[in-house]
Amino acid sequence: MKTFRSPGLWLTLGIVIVAAGFPLLAGSASLREMMFVVLMSVTLASSLNILLGYTGYVSFGHIVFFGLGGYVGFYTMAELGWNLLPATLAGGVAAAVLAFLLGKSILRLRGAYFALATIGINEALKAFVNNFGPFGGPTGMELHFSVYKNYGGATQALWTTYWGLVLITLLVVLTSFLVKRSKFGLGLMAIREDEDAAEVMGVVAPDAKTWAFVLSAIFPGLIGVLFFFKNGNIEPEDAFRLQLSIEMIVMLMLGGQGTVLGPVIGGATYQRVRGFLLTSPIFKNMQLAVAGLLLLLIVLFIPSGAVGWLRARNDTLRRLLE
Amino acid sequence: MILELKNVTKQFGGLTAVDNVSFSLPKGQILGLIGPNGAGKTTLFNCISGVYSLTSGQVIFNQQDITDCKPYHAAHLGLARTHQIVRPLNELTVRENVTVGACFGREDHGLVEATRIADEIMEFVGLEERADVLAGSLNVAQKKRLEMARALAARPYLLLLDEVLAGLNLSEVAEMLDTIYQIQEKGISIIMIEHIMHAVMNVSDHVIVLNYGELIAEGTPEAVAENPQVIEAYLGSPELADKLLED
Repeated sequence: MKTFRSPGLWLTLGIVIVAAGFPLLAGSASLREMMFVVLMSVTLASSLNILLGYTGYVSFGHIVFFGLGGYVGFYTMAELGWNLLPATLAGGVAAAVLAFLLGKSILRLRGAYFALATIGINEALKAFVNNFGPFGGPTGMELHFSVYKNYGGATQALWTTYWGLVLITLLVVLTSFLVKRSKFGLGLMAIREDEDAAEVMGVVAPDAKTWAFVLSAIFPGLIGVLFFFKNGNIEPEDAFRLQLSIEMIVMLMLGGQGTVLGPVIGGATYQRVRGFLLTSPIFKNMQLAVAGLLLLLIVLFIPSGAVGWLRARNDTLRRLLE
Repeated sequence: MILELKNVTKQFGGLTAVDNVSFSLPKGQILGLIGPNGAGKTTLFNCISGVYSLTSGQVIFNQQDITDCKPYHAAHLGLARTHQIVRPLNELTVRENVTVGACFGREDHGLVEATRIADEIMEFVGLEERADVLAGSLNVAQKKRLEMARALAARPYLLLLDEVLAGLNLSEVAEMLDTIYQIQEKGISIIMIEHIMHAVMNVSDHVIVLNYGELIAEGTPEAVAENPQVIEAYLGSPELADKLLED
């Protein structure tokens, strides 16, 4: 397959693998926790990229899929006694189904209206879960500590979760690349550039948009389960955190929307900067303000993000970076 | 008949933009669609290609009723169009733009085959040297050619050309007309909206005239140019009409 000879794909996968391997080599739990947050950001930004970067639809409430996936997966583990693997898959499926239904209804909205609708969905689902008995209402659910015994103890369970996340991150990078190089992806990019013109050329925009939405919802759904499994408890306020949704957009814009490498660089950089700000005495209370300022500067000066900016420099970089 | 319109009407609120228009186009012919600004020509294109839904009437394309079709359904059946105000996919390359046409048009090709067709079509319309630049960086004449290339890449049966000559200089007009003839030779039927009268009168097998949404005349270019109603509504003076036919 000629597609797989792209240096940009292997470069991106290589970066993820090397970065993900560090905690193992160092045998360090704190490094692993740090990388967990970084990889989670990379996955969230990459999955949003399929919708925002390729299709041109801004979803402000994308975290709803993380929250719903997390809740459904957590429920199957805490109440039904499922194992982590089927629970994770259940979270992904739940997110996909929600995206499919939403795709059929709200994806006909364009621009700001769609963006606003996605915020509404997130808030609505948060309110619903807050009042939904089986999911524990406002106090949420928690896992009994003995659950971790099934995975060889708590320490081993944390490592298992971490490797699961690494696998999902690699999958999302690969998916992002394959979509970009496919006929489906070309249709999405045509929609991004001019939806009406794309339809006139034969792109079945309603279907293409729905599938892009579904694809971009699956991965947040999967990692939502891993994240809350590791946490041991889940609450509406943690699961449907609108702030994280906005941060996903900042990460994506920072790295470069519409590129495969961009969300990886953006997610990692943003989390490192955030880590620094949170521990700095001056900035610790205003790291979100810094994120907002960052987004403003990106949109004003490098709207194509770091990778987009580099790609525009010369042909070698354009070939090398995907 | 490749296309038949039966009593097509399109209203926007109280405004009737297209009023009870009927005509038919035999396979392989070029039909010129003329009329003053605001006569409803582009609206009529939008009605045919499925961008607008009709208020009433019927559109039959290739023996199929496409009245309620979405634009992409019409495209899959073999109907392609260009836009009066060009709509390039700016952040994609010229090749990718044309590939979209081949991928999603009538023949529904995969990427590899579609790219091959795109290369062929770009050569045909003379865009091969610009294949790898972003579509947004083309000049107006090239963007018009890109519109045409995307439409042709779909291998349509019927091509709707909306003012592809507007804004071009004389030699560019001549080149474009040459291209239009070559398209006709491939057996593709064409409807063209045009304001450059000598061009449309020379190229068309048949001409129809719209005024305030109504079809006020149809026939051969000669007959239409001498029609008093057309002269009054659109052409201006009879001398001008004669002059146009001489060109």
